[in-house]
Amino acid sequence: MTQLLFKHINVEGLANIDVYEKHGGYETLKKALEQKPEEILETVKASGLRGRGGAGFPTGLKWSFLAKDVFPRYLVCNADESEPGTCKDRELLLKNPHLLIEGMILCAYACRVEIGYNYIRGEFYDLCEIFEKALEEAYERGYLGKNILRSEFNLDIHTHLGAGAYICGEESALLNSLEGMRGEPRLKPPFPAVEGLYGKPTVVNNVETLCAVVPVVEGGAEAYAALGTEKSKGTKLVSVSGHVRNPGNFEVVLGTPTSEIIEMAGGMREGRKLKAFIPGGSSVPMLPAGKVDTPYDYESLQAAGSMLGSGALIVMDDSANVVKETLRIASFYMHESCGKCTPCREGTRWLHQILGEIESGRGKDENIELLQDISDNMSFKCFCPLGDAAIAPVLSGIANFREDYEELLSQAKAGAAAE
Amino acid sequence: MFAFSETSEKEIEKQLVKYPPERKKSAILALLRIAQQQNGYVSAEAMEEIGRRLDLSPAYVESVCSFYTMYYTRPVGKYVIMFCINVSCHLLDCDNLLEHTAKKLNIQVGETTADKMFTLLREECLAECSRAPVMRINNDYHVNLTPQKIDQILDSLK
Ligand SMILES: Cc1cc2nc3c(=O)[nH]c(=O)nc-3n(C[C@H](O)[C@H](O)[C@H](O)COP(=O)(O)O)c2cc1C
Ligand code: SF4
Repeated sequence: MTQLLFKHINVEGLANIDVYEKHGGYETLKKALEQKPEEILETVKASGLRGRGGAGFPTGLKWSFLAKDVFPRYLVCNADESEPGTCKDRELLLKNPHLLIEGMILCAYACRVEIGYNYIRGEFYDLCEIFEKALEEAYERGYLGKNILRSEFNLDIHTHLGAGAYICGEESALLNSLEGMRGEPRLKPPFPAVEGLYGKPTVVNNVETLCAVVPVVEGGAEAYAALGTEKSKGTKLVSVSGHVRNPGNFEVVLGTPTSEIIEMAGGMREGRKLKAFIPGGSSVPMLPAGKVDTPYDYESLQAAGSMLGSGALIVMDDSANVVKETLRIASFYMHESCGKCTPCREGTRWLHQILGEIESGRGKDENIELLQDISDNMSFKCFCPLGDAAIAPVLSGIANFREDYEELLSQAKAGAAAE
Repeated sequence: MFAFSETSEKEIEKQLVKYPPERKKSAILALLRIAQQQNGYVSAEAMEEIGRRLDLSPAYVESVCSFYTMYYTRPVGKYVIMFCINVSCHLLDCDNLLEHTAKKLNIQVGETTADKMFTLLREECLAECSRAPVMRINNDYHVNLTPQKIDQILDSLK
């Protein structure tokens, strides 16, 4: 099993810099500083590393879009992790904060950034303390601050705690939040690489992406690109949750069959069969059991009708009712819609209300069509991707598990007839 | 009247240096958090004071404060229990656990116990999904919850 990010994850005390260094920590940085920034950028580009926060955008390419010769420029790490089902960044930050710091330094060096922020979701107060302690250690050893390891490269990294808002994980909302505003998304373009934090060029990357930069630079682009499939290189952390025996975060080479990942998590519970799975967090379409052999990579999951998203594999067995779970997810999006645009603000409310009626046995046959109609009115009409995320479980649930809807609707009919 | 304590002032200083001097508005989330840490919630007077510190109107401070779910504008219990009810926890029966917790505390979800010890809230995903069911009490996570475990945790909090 190839383990790049999780190689030492269970080493006792890894969050301490001495332990991290004993396991090769900061060695990659030392070697990288002997290279030119452009060389590091080229390595990351050639490795095929794609963003692990949800959108899967090629990381090196994103870095190369930074507006030329505009300074200061910023690096922002997205540690807002709030996509339902996703808990991998939390494990990285909890157990291996120095890996993230090393990754951030490598990114900053490649992108000629001198100020970085780690935007940590407010609920991760505990992780913020751990990260700040790790930062202190890194400053003491000269990995941060002025003239890092006598390379004339300077970098300061600060933490910034959020305060509870899923939408702040969306990069432009995150930047607004970091600037001291309500966390509402910005109109794009301009993209952050051109006009980001304080209007300056900004790289925004997910925790896992920045951590992955370390093994990419350490082993070289070729070794990294040798792992995975044609369009999905390297390894991915998958958060497995729900109806499996041993849920957890697993590092897999991209392209591993989804069924194997479920097996890593102990497989299905005694006497239960797989019914549905959501491969990439609540924002992606759910798939039926028949698709469980789909290779876990960007292109295969897309071909199967879903997405890799944030890498959160939510497993449901035959005890689950898809309408009930969809209602939960719909309630989440209603709660988290920032309210800036009408189709999302109103649409998420209506989806929630109608799903609630169906779930509580008050549904009518025409409700299914109504759900589809509302979804259609939201699709590609919302200001940011949250609106499209909200309809994914609804439409995929109806398409793949219509029987769960019909069962509840026929119960409603029987109930009405009995009255 | 609201005034930041000495400890809070030190914490504020540490926060302000993170941002360019002309961008001190960035520290608003931190100042709201510090005010809340000090008094348990963010009062209108605290928002006014934060506005003075950052050259922002009280209305602006309030508009930011109300956007985020972690600020309380009214007093809450000494322990705030955030109970995750999202899909991964829901698949593992968090509804019954939440009901168990409410019964044990003898309150409804959203309420505070009469002795002002506990406030019980529904929360969206806390990002510990593979160790569901999950709750967070003040800054501490509690995972793999069972009714017995919840009883133990609550009994240990005084
Ligand atoms: C509604 C919404 C929520 C998001 N939440 C997160 C998040 O919690 N963490 C994250 O890294 N990216 C999140 N993203 C993706 C970010 O916008 C952005 O694409 C990502 O941080 C870029 O980093 P990457 O290229 O390394 O993946 C979210 C996007 C949307 C639309
Ligand atoms: S789609 Fe939803 S979350 Fe995004 S801007 Fe519109 S209202 Fe806000």
